[in-house]
Amino acid sequence: MSADEKVIRIENLAKVYQMGEIQVHALRGVSFSVDRGEVLAIMGPSGSGKSTLMNMIGCLDIPSSGDYYLEGELVSSLDDDQLALVRNRKIGFVFQKFNLLARATALANVELPLRYAGINGDRKARAQKALEAVGLGDRIYHQPNELSGGQQQRVAIARALVNEPAIILADEPTGNLDTKSGDEIMKLLLDLNKTQGTTLLIVTHDPEVAAIAERIIHLRDGAIEGQEVRS
Amino acid sequence: MNILLNLKEALQSLNANKLRSLLTILGIVIGVASVIALLSIGESAGDSITGEIESIGTNVIYILSGNDSDDVTNPKDLTLQDAEALANSRRAPEVAYVAPVISGGSEISFGAEGRETSISGVTPDYQFVQNITMAEGDFISEAQVEGRSAVVVLGPEIAQNLLGRSSGIIGSAVRIGGYPFRVIGVTEAKGGSAFNNPDNNVYIPLSTAQTRLPHGDSPNAVQFILVSVAQAEDADQAIQQITEVLRSTHRIPPRSPNDFRILNQQDFLAVAASITNVLTIFLGGIGAISLLVGGIGIMNIMLVSVTERTREIGLRKALGARKKDILLQFLTESVLLSMIGGLLGIALGWAIALVVSQIATRSGTPLEIIVTANSVLLATLFSAAVGIFFGYYPANRAASLAPVEALRYE
Repeated sequence: MSADEKVIRIENLAKVYQMGEIQVHALRGVSFSVDRGEVLAIMGPSGSGKSTLMNMIGCLDIPSSGDYYLEGELVSSLDDDQLALVRNRKIGFVFQKFNLLARATALANVELPLRYAGINGDRKARAQKALEAVGLGDRIYHQPNELSGGQQQRVAIARALVNEPAIILADEPTGNLDTKSGDEIMKLLLDLNKTQGTTLLIVTHDPEVAAIAERIIHLRDGAIEGQEVRS
Repeated sequence: MNILLNLKEALQSLNANKLRSLLTILGIVIGVASVIALLSIGESAGDSITGEIESIGTNVIYILSGNDSDDVTNPKDLTLQDAEALANSRRAPEVAYVAPVISGGSEISFGAEGRETSISGVTPDYQFVQNITMAEGDFISEAQVEGRSAVVVLGPEIAQNLLGRSSGIIGSAVRIGGYPFRVIGVTEAKGGSAFNNPDNNVYIPLSTAQTRLPHGDSPNAVQFILVSVAQAEDADQAIQQITEVLRSTHRIPPRSPNDFRILNQQDFLAVAASITNVLTIFLGGIGAISLLVGGIGIMNIMLVSVTERTREIGLRKALGARKKDILLQFLTESVLLSMIGGLLGIALGWAIALVVSQIATRSGTPLEIIVTANSVLLATLFSAAVGIFFGYYPANRAASLAPVEALRYE
């Protein structure tokens, strides 16, 4: 880990998609950094480039140009397998649509990142602990279709936490939930941020969700339009 | 990723689409079963033919007119004079018995019952060359050959088929090519296969056959000559002597090729081996084609499965699955499909082979089924290979999906 306390340092990041003859500039030179333990929201209307940015931060895609340092490591130049390792160890994903394996129990779902990490001995115990941390200790053998939306998102959060990642990347985490469950999920994410010190990045278009963040980055047309620092 | 978990996950995923998995497995089952069944039936038929030939005895030599291996334009027919020359113990001392044979197709009938069959015109020595024992009556005698008698010796099976019984029929009159013949004997049942069944043979005197059956151009021509050797180990010497005798009777100049062929058991075995090899390869090939079709079925289903599970693949990649993790996951599924199919197919193929052998035995052709360890091993390895071969493309396709694209897939 590098000496500075920046978990994420992004410098002049750009992404260009080739759509037939036309070049689409999804990101045009975005620079910012995120402190360890910070809660940051990235907002913007659709087409603003926030999904592209999230994919870059999540190491699901590589930028056309610019540098991305995650915990001091330049990840924008890694190959596929190295990126898989970074995703596995340093990033916890929480998706809008939960993305749980339908035929696996909550426990098996949470165990999945540990399996890809090659952890065999205490895998089950760690997965169980993560499920207890999100308040689902009594539901570990339930399958996703036996759980409510809020509970499914909790399983997803447990899965994101289980490898003790540097950042949790939540993409519209409340998008598929009713207001009450949504509030509970946001509260859970904040709690985890406070108790475990996990850096939390939320990508959303919902101002109410963004309101819990300490800092909000507004994107428009692939560039940072403005930042607001709160609290 | 450990193998057991991988297997468990693959089983769960196959279990989630039970019918689809079963149908895919069925393709492999049929393929492997046909490989096993056809190979064993082929091998068993080969063994049966070989056994048949071995029962001819190592001391019997066949002499045929013509020669395919050398360029002989006008081969002389084999004649009764040739047979007489061979029977001369000074010219061919190793030859024990000589039996010239005229054989031809003709209709044999008894009352309303009639059938087209092959009739052999023989001399008394034929009985000794072929080791024929009589169930009742006598074989054809010298006097009957000289007298051109209208007498016939029947195999028990043809007698049964024609007269409805195979004993107590001495003196009955049957018709061959329209002429009446008196039954003088029935041979002992020997058993045989569809290829060569002595129990179905019909023997008449050689001289009678000369006038009643169509044969070569010269009046003394015969189809072939059977020779038995006193001592089987002297067969090579006997062949040498026979060659010399026939070259002189046929007036073949030195260094010209023979216009006849001499075949002994070894030659027939070699021919049979090449025939059964072709048969086995042919049957195995048919089986392999159905296995190929089964493999394509696996490929098809795995491609569908990869498409259906694109999001799952994207998710797994987001959670840290490497290319080889995904590859292994899908390969495990396809190999599992093909191996289950392979094992069931071996069992089914075995059962089919057994049923075929039962049917063959009941219909008078004993066919002992051999399912060799080789063919089982071959089928197992082959089905695993089918799983890997046909599973690799879909698995690789899954493994190569870009995580972003896969996650976004609806």
